[in-house]
Amino acid sequence: MALIEIDDLEVTFGSGADAVRAVRGVSISVAAKESFGLVGESGSGKSTVLRAICGLAPISGGAIRINGAALGSRRDKGFARRVQMVFQDPYASLHPKRTIDATLAEPLTIHGLGGRDKRVVSALEDVGLDPKFRFRYPHQLSGGQRQRVAIARTLMLEPEILLLDEPTSALDASVQAEVLNLLSRLRAARGLTFLMVSHDLAVIDHMCDRLAVMQQGMVVEQIDRAALADDSARDPYTRELLAASV
Amino acid sequence: MKALSRAWLLDPSPASRGQARLGQAYLGWLKLIRNPLAVAGVVIVGALVVMAVAAPLLATHDPIAQSLPDRLLPPLSPGHWLGTDEFGRDIYSRIVYGARVTLYIVLLVTVTAPLFGLLIGVMAGYYGGAVDVALMRFTDIFLAFPRLILALAFVAALGPGIENAVFAIALTAWPPYARVARAETLTIRGADYIAAVRLQGAGSGRILVSHVAPMCLPSVIIRVTLDMAGIILTAAGLGFLGLGAQPPLPEWGLMISSGRKFLFDQWWVATMPGLAIFIVSLGFNLLGDGLRDVLDPRSASGGKG
Repeated sequence: MALIEIDDLEVTFGSGADAVRAVRGVSISVAAKESFGLVGESGSGKSTVLRAICGLAPISGGAIRINGAALGSRRDKGFARRVQMVFQDPYASLHPKRTIDATLAEPLTIHGLGGRDKRVVSALEDVGLDPKFRFRYPHQLSGGQRQRVAIARTLMLEPEILLLDEPTSALDASVQAEVLNLLSRLRAARGLTFLMVSHDLAVIDHMCDRLAVMQQGMVVEQIDRAALADDSARDPYTRELLAASV
Repeated sequence: MKALSRAWLLDPSPASRGQARLGQAYLGWLKLIRNPLAVAGVVIVGALVVMAVAAPLLATHDPIAQSLPDRLLPPLSPGHWLGTDEFGRDIYSRIVYGARVTLYIVLLVTVTAPLFGLLIGVMAGYYGGAVDVALMRFTDIFLAFPRLILALAFVAALGPGIENAVFAIALTAWPPYARVARAETLTIRGADYIAAVRLQGAGSGRILVSHVAPMCLPSVIIRVTLDMAGIILTAAGLGFLGLGAQPPLPEWGLMISSGRKFLFDQWWVATMPGLAIFIVSLGFNLLGDGLRDVLDPRSASGGKG
């Protein structure tokens, strides 16, 4: 059975004449421990799918099921322990007035988990950050270091699903590779399931077993990595993307 | 713990929560004292605090003891270098003790109005919709009252006295803080770091108090410091009108009021406390300007990178 099932998902912002249908009837399913990519240009609705899973975008139709259980309109603490998200811009996703320590310890406090000092230090080690960063503020860190902190934060609750919203697009090319390798390593070590969004087909190809190509809020093609490699994509838009990324 | 040295404070890799916090505070302090006008503000406000705390040591006379043979002595008289008032009380000593009253008013107002305004503004901005409309119209109603008139009506109803005057001032002073906090909240409620903490399962209360409010605090603190001059003046005005502090309490507004009768012949009786109000108001304004440079995220350098 698929771990994440998205069935005919619709997301509409606004209402009446101003309504924008950001996601139109998207259906995908992601198996446990799989890495699934969503690729498409800006405004294709790929990030909105992730935000809808997290309850950050209004779902106007369809259903999202995690492990067979349909998600309601609210995300509870149980959801937080299963699903976490890494945001695109590490400059915006860390609270500027809290130390790394406070940011990482927050989920532990919310869920009443003990062993705060030990867990924070080991989380920093897991993402390849020296413990000396622990009491720094985000503005004392580089973009790549911040994204590592953001990844460490999502792992504090030991979720099984990680939603990755363009986790490297705000970073330099050299740092991008490091962060992607870190993510691959963490996925292998912890058996995580990834649902990853990117506009960069090369990144998705590097990270994901299967992918869906989105355009204007709809999935135009679902394809696996092997098919991508032997150039058997059929949809013209997918071929266009492929041509652009070579 | 290691000694509180400069190197320890500026350590880029603090070893504890406390060191990180103190280090940030020290960086802010360094930034503040680079600005000479802000230093003047710090010195004036610091002097006010010292005067209030050490009033019995600094004063040369009892601020309330009357001595009719010495009434209305001009400044630089022996033993009374700022002169005496119509009851022969030493003006210098009364100003020194008056610092206590002023500081008391300042403290009472700062622990009431900004906190209430912050609470209302953060809630309105974060929840939006009907909550926002209701809270902001409530704020508009209070914003529409003329401050001194409402304070007058309030004191008239509750009776004169410092606490009632402060309560009346606080009641009319909070709406601007609510507006500032709401505006600030609107810009950060959609931020990724708020979404991230919500995703961790945090409730609204936790998000508001420990994530949204700290971001609004700098704007509110700046606003409070800049408003402090107005608050001191309103308190003095109420004292002047006989509705704030009551005689024989050495309150500066009250002292001006009693000196008014002799303004043409014994100018110093009203002028000295007037100068004190002027200097302290100026001090708070300069400090507020300096704090804006330190605390305002928009003027801060190195926010990114």
